[in-house]
Amino acid sequence: MSAPNKTYDPVEVEVLKPEAVERARDEALAAVAAAADLDALHEAEIAHAKDRSPLALANREIGALPPAAKADAGKRVGQARAAVSKAVVARRAELEAERDTRVLVEESVDVTLPWDRTPRGGRHPLTTLTERVAEVFGALGWEVNDGPEVEAEWMNFDALNISRDHPARSPQDTFFIDTPGYDPDEDDGRDSLILRTQTSPVQIRTMLRRQPPLHMVAIGRTFRTDALDATHTPVFNQIEGLVVDEGIGMADLKGTLDYFVQEMFGADLKSRLRPNYFPFTEPSAELDMQCFVCHGASVGDPDNPCRTCSSEGWIELGGCGVVNPRVLVSAGIDPNRYSGFAFGIGLERTLMFRHGIADMHDIVEGDVRFTLPFGVEI
Amino acid sequence: MRVPLSWLREYVDLPAEVSGRELAERLIPIGFEVETVHQSGAGLTGPLVVGRVLEIEELTGFKKPIRYCQVEVGPEQGGVRGIVCGARNFKAGDKIVAALPGAVLPGDFKIAARKTYDHVSDGMICSARELGLGEDHTGIIVLPSDVTVGADAIELLGIRDEVLDIAVTTDRGYCLSMRGMARETAIAYGMTLRDPALLDTPAPTSDGFPVTLADPTGCDRFVARIVRGIDPLATSPLWMQRRIQLAGMRPISLIVDITNYVMIEIGQPLHAYDLHRLTGGITVRRAAAGEKLTTLDAAERELNPADLLITDESGPIGLAGVMGGASTEVHEGTVDVLIEAAHFAPATIARTARRHKLPSEASRRFERAVDPNAAAAAAQRAVDLLVLLGHAEADPEVTVASTRPHPSAPIVIDAGLPGRVAGLEYGRSAVVRRLQEVGCTVEGSDQLSVTPPSWRPDLTDPNDLAEEVIRLEGYDRIPSRLPTAPRGRGLTLRQRLHRRVGRALADAGYVEVLNYPFVGKAELDAMGVPEDDARRSALTVVNPISDEHPLLRTTLLPGLFATLRRNVGRGFSDVALFETGLVYQPRPGATAPPRLPVDRRPSGEELAALEAALPDQPRHVAAVLTGTWERAGWWGGGREATWADAIEAARTVAAACGAELTVDQEQYEPWHPGRCAVLSLDERIVGYAGELHPKVLEALGLPPRTCAMELNLDALTPETEVNVRGPEVSAFPVAAVDVALVVSREVPAADVESALVEGAGPLLESVRLFDVYEGERVQEGTKSLAFSLRLRATDRTLKADEVAAVRDAAVASATRHTGAALRG
Repeated sequence: MSAPNKTYDPVEVEVLKPEAVERARDEALAAVAAAADLDALHEAEIAHAKDRSPLALANREIGALPPAAKADAGKRVGQARAAVSKAVVARRAELEAERDTRVLVEESVDVTLPWDRTPRGGRHPLTTLTERVAEVFGALGWEVNDGPEVEAEWMNFDALNISRDHPARSPQDTFFIDTPGYDPDEDDGRDSLILRTQTSPVQIRTMLRRQPPLHMVAIGRTFRTDALDATHTPVFNQIEGLVVDEGIGMADLKGTLDYFVQEMFGADLKSRLRPNYFPFTEPSAELDMQCFVCHGASVGDPDNPCRTCSSEGWIELGGCGVVNPRVLVSAGIDPNRYSGFAFGIGLERTLMFRHGIADMHDIVEGDVRFTLPFGVEI
Repeated sequence: MRVPLSWLREYVDLPAEVSGRELAERLIPIGFEVETVHQSGAGLTGPLVVGRVLEIEELTGFKKPIRYCQVEVGPEQGGVRGIVCGARNFKAGDKIVAALPGAVLPGDFKIAARKTYDHVSDGMICSARELGLGEDHTGIIVLPSDVTVGADAIELLGIRDEVLDIAVTTDRGYCLSMRGMARETAIAYGMTLRDPALLDTPAPTSDGFPVTLADPTGCDRFVARIVRGIDPLATSPLWMQRRIQLAGMRPISLIVDITNYVMIEIGQPLHAYDLHRLTGGITVRRAAAGEKLTTLDAAERELNPADLLITDESGPIGLAGVMGGASTEVHEGTVDVLIEAAHFAPATIARTARRHKLPSEASRRFERAVDPNAAAAAAQRAVDLLVLLGHAEADPEVTVASTRPHPSAPIVIDAGLPGRVAGLEYGRSAVVRRLQEVGCTVEGSDQLSVTPPSWRPDLTDPNDLAEEVIRLEGYDRIPSRLPTAPRGRGLTLRQRLHRRVGRALADAGYVEVLNYPFVGKAELDAMGVPEDDARRSALTVVNPISDEHPLLRTTLLPGLFATLRRNVGRGFSDVALFETGLVYQPRPGATAPPRLPVDRRPSGEELAALEAALPDQPRHVAAVLTGTWERAGWWGGGREATWADAIEAARTVAAACGAELTVDQEQYEPWHPGRCAVLSLDERIVGYAGELHPKVLEALGLPPRTCAMELNLDALTPETEVNVRGPEVSAFPVAAVDVALVVSREVPAADVESALVEGAGPLLESVRLFDVYEGERVQEGTKSLAFSLRLRATDRTLKADEVAAVRDAAVASATRHTGAALRG
């Protein structure tokens, strides 16, 4: 360091000459620009921008200048140092960005690797369809009821106006339970326990529990002595509907069934009723729905057959009708004041049509490959 | 019921262009399910003509006698043709059916001139079977002598016809006849019916064949007619055979064919007895104990006292309405017959037919109720046909034994009822017209007094009449309107929880299955269930699908084991399944349910007695799992499913129900005695979980280390919703302390934990077991349990001495309850 100039004589300080400052600045900028990584930049910064750098040292010499020259030299050095600092910051940002990019690239993984460490489960489509149907009727304000699967004959037959000699009550159709105190050859006022053959006992239980208005759906297991094949199973499910109120007629039934097929199969579909006979309804009807695949276009068009409806245009869904007033009487409801309708629809049949399932075996066997694709809701 | 269209036209003047399909389209909407429309004779094309055999040359030297015939077939078919024939039931001069070259017979059998037996056969003389007219192949068809040579035999024989196969519902017995189907056809087309039962019948005489009705509830009408001198050589005419065959029955002999023909035509089953085989008069009565009868099918049958019998002085000669007896059967030499046209109670016939496993054409009709007023007409029709076709004579005596009371009172309905039942307005005149069409007599204006016809015993209630109006007016006219329900209450708590449980288990990785509830003793044996275990007292199905599975399940596990085995067998080693469903637990001392009345609401007491007879049917949930629970993969190794996963599945279920299970060590089949947890809620056992017993797994053919759990879901689901109180969340810092406690190996970790909780008091926020150690660094027979305790106050930061005090109190409690010592 030069001694302070106290004589105010013009003193020449070599390092503060404009050319020297410019040179130091250019060297510094070159070093910063040349820094290939953050470490090199750090070194360049120490060499050219920190306390021991030429420009910092030159700055200290300013005091040796005559007052008239100080401002000029100060400005010169200051500008040079600022330029260097700025270059360092800019270069650091550049290098950090480069580094970050490189690290992230290095850290990249194959996100397509499978992660099946914990298996996924699923619910049986009959269960989820049951829930779906319950929601469809629940949206109308109906209650969802259930009842026992082992039933008394009275609940399953007599109360539903099915006479004691009806063929459905024979062991060819109905599962009978070995019941203590019951003798089939004794007419002593005692009945057998059976596995319910329909969900209709839930109708009776609902009516015995409460007076109308009644709007209920019951979806549950029923049992008949059919052998398992592609379209039959001894254990199957029914969707049972019952409405009892003042002034209920077949038009209400028709409207409800239209609503059901539209909710379950498609908004533009219709239901159709065909006369039939059931002891518990009078009048009775077979319930068909318009084929949701061909909408009837395949009828009489052998070139475009429909596999879903066998080119019939309609699909049979179940049975229904106006509740036989005798049934109302058995359940303690005044048939002169109230009337009702009821329907029974096969849940398996609905599932098979709705989801294109060809074989009942798949529904009952419990193979995980069948159930998993249905997930937890349908 | 098979309805030949040509036969139907005899009673209704259907336009000629109406096809079977078109008729079906009209019948289906009024309640007749037409299953198929058979095109009879569709596989046959001519030329098929009437020929006359001019001369027969017997050919010899072949394995069987052969005839070379000169057959006159008419000028249009070339005059006379030589045809080789193997049949021998014809003679020169007979008229026969000749299929000429170019004809195609059923089975795509093409007829051409060909050389056979050293002669060119220029066509074929046909048997009934070759023309698809029946099974008869004993000889060729010999036509009546009055047919014209050269005439088209297709038309003559009625080969081309359409037959509607109709599934008649059980209430419409009258439609198991041409008469009934013709009536419905006439209504469908708005035409007039020619009723075949409208015959002039002679008045009963008092000196007819003696018939006694000893059981008026079983048989209330018995018409008997005698026809004598039937030509034993007479056979049924072709048209009759053809119609019987098209209707689905077999032609047998003139007498039998006539009874069957009249049954199909009018719906009244008839029986013909050989008059000379009867001994004395006929009595209709119930069987006596020990009586036997050999029926027409040659089977000797033990009779039940409930069976209704036709008897004569020799004993039983027929199962009334079901099948005749062999001893009085008509036969080839029968010349004099007694014709029976009776009316039997439907239920009696149904029970007898079922009891003897003898469904017959007759019983099928009687079960569904036969028109009692048609008996005399049907008998007359049979008599007429026997006289005409059998060249016989009818006795003038007519027996009509009848106890039948006068028709029941008319049904009174409001003329507006059909409209109200349907939901639209029909108007009184339409209602009256429709009821009259089905045969009812209708009187009155607003209140209609309706008397149904004798053939409609199914019409008993006002709604039955409404249905007749609505179906004939068309179900398609019924409007569609959605009924309005009052405010709903949504699903019950239990229903919502059941859904949540299924969803929780599926989310946890389990796949739902729905098994049949049928199990066998062998499965309970394999599970090692003790003889006196409650699960052994299962309900038994009397008529099971499989004799090996007659029991109703008391546990869901057997079904799950079988389904698991199926999945493993199909190549899946890592499987987790669950099921929710009912189990059936008979109530001790329960007895058969009472038969309750149907003409009123049963009393509360009566209903309670019925309910008491039913078994308990709680809903269970169960799960099984085998193989790896967490799989191995690129992330590293996998983890086998263990007892702990099974218990966790149970906890998942409980959590979905808002319940927390208490887990205790237990021994319970079929679980591993050392790896079985009993699960309880409020000190009540609700289920079990753990690893299955190795012996059980071996017996069931399941992989080693398979685990399972089963819970009574109903016991977990509260009746009412639990109202969770919102907790007060403290913002003060937590103080965490860890304690390692050494206890004897048998001490359950759950006991130590609950002791810590009790000792720590209200400042304890949570406690968690984070390590279990057994080994060299602790004394033998002991284990070290490491817990982390988190302490927090709601109103201050805890000081070090407070934390230490809580910790000491917790440890002291553990020491007191479980003998735990702080690990040194």
